[in-house]
Amino acid sequence: MDTEITLRVDGADHRLTVDTRTTLLDALRERLGNTSPKKGCDHGQCGACTVLLDGRRANSCLALAVAHDGAEIVTADGLAVDGQLHPVQRSFIEHDAFQCGYCTPGQIVSAVALLDEAAAGWPSAVTFDRPDGAPDTGPIDVAGEPDEIQERMSGNLCRCAAYANMVPAIQEVARS
Amino acid sequence: MRPFRYERATDPAGAVALLARSPQAAFLGGGTNLVDLMKLDVARPDLLVDLRGVTSRTIEELPDGGVRVGAGVSNSDLAADPLIRRRCPVVAQAVLGGASTQLRNLATVGGNLLQRTRCGYFQDVSTACNKREPGTGCSAIEGHNRDLAVLGSSPDCIATHPSDLAVALVAVDAAVRTVGPDGSRVIPLTELHRLPGSDPQHDNVLAHGELITAVDLPPLPFAANSRYRKIRDRASYAFALVSVAAAVDLVDGQVRDVRIALGGVAHKPWRATRAEDLLRGGPLTEQRLRRAAEAELVDARPQSDNAFKVPLARNAIVRTLLDLAGE
Repeated sequence: MDTEITLRVDGADHRLTVDTRTTLLDALRERLGNTSPKKGCDHGQCGACTVLLDGRRANSCLALAVAHDGAEIVTADGLAVDGQLHPVQRSFIEHDAFQCGYCTPGQIVSAVALLDEAAAGWPSAVTFDRPDGAPDTGPIDVAGEPDEIQERMSGNLCRCAAYANMVPAIQEVARS
Repeated sequence: MRPFRYERATDPAGAVALLARSPQAAFLGGGTNLVDLMKLDVARPDLLVDLRGVTSRTIEELPDGGVRVGAGVSNSDLAADPLIRRRCPVVAQAVLGGASTQLRNLATVGGNLLQRTRCGYFQDVSTACNKREPGTGCSAIEGHNRDLAVLGSSPDCIATHPSDLAVALVAVDAAVRTVGPDGSRVIPLTELHRLPGSDPQHDNVLAHGELITAVDLPPLPFAANSRYRKIRDRASYAFALVSVAAAVDLVDGQVRDVRIALGGVAHKPWRATRAEDLLRGGPLTEQRLRRAAEAELVDARPQSDNAFKVPLARNAIVRTLLDLAGE
């Protein structure tokens, strides 16, 4: 069943006809040639397909394109502005926060979203472990809290297990 | 994935009418479970009716002091909401204990309650499963059953309900509001999900085309002192082996009121009323907690690989309530 939709991807508008079965991930990769989001498990378990969907991180493999007609999508490819890498991208390079690189675009999009979410005061499961719990709604400082970063990044798996350098990479951006 | 038609409705009545005409149709919320099951060929809808713009995405305080959560609210927005965090921390904690932020951003409150079991046999169409295909048998009873039910199961199904949110909502006496082909109704969360019996294909009591429009949290002042504890095989991003949602009203060291629910142990979120009854009116000591927890679990019938869940659930109840008492 074909349907015509529009998507704004990394700042550019696209009009395309998709089968109702097409996921956002397949629309991006197969139809628009944007191979930045990766197909890992294709079941929402690994996070390699993570993109910002209308400003929030989401597994593009579980989102039907037809259900997101008109959406604004940012992939890791679109985080760089005028050839300047995003601070999280730079920090991943400086901290050697990857090995094979397959999960990296998803990790980076997730990390960018994580910093926004913490600034907006979104708690995580470990925020409630603090002595005062998480009743407050102010910004949550994750720079000095590796457990907060680990918890908030838990939806992105890395088979090379490059996690040890990702956490300091994200902490450094959170500090600045 | 099998071909399907896609339609949008503009209001709940329109969505319900679309489903009423198509016995194989399904509502689409965030899609995080449904789309996955369609890829696995477990779910085979011929029509998806998108609920975007149909169900409310707002959280509002009710005149009686309760809170109404629109069924279209994302799991992330529910967990971050100041009212929920203050009044009912167990709900926010339970939501954040499940899935990942990427999934919680897509997933809706209504969809969370209606997600299907993660029993590996249910998700594998090459195996027998009474829940997926009634009458074919249960592969789990003689198979890998470590993650599965110890309470309320039947010879036909030992699946567990996977939702963390539902466990917290059962504990705090929440109710769902629905609209269906036969009108609207309010269903207490404790009565929404069901035990498998001989017809495990039905996870809950909703009719085909019946739509959850909202979840109501009643005014329950002591829910401000509530907590969710989830025990799983890794520190994050895994389903519960056992979970406990609890709230307690302690006055001068005596339990005036208490709410306890268990997750990961049954086909539905398990409200531990027997334990609650034994705890009311006395001090919250470790000994009394143990006794109450053991009474709740006395009917447990573990499978070959999950007997550990019984003492795990007992200890989780004891520890969670002691934490709430500040001990």
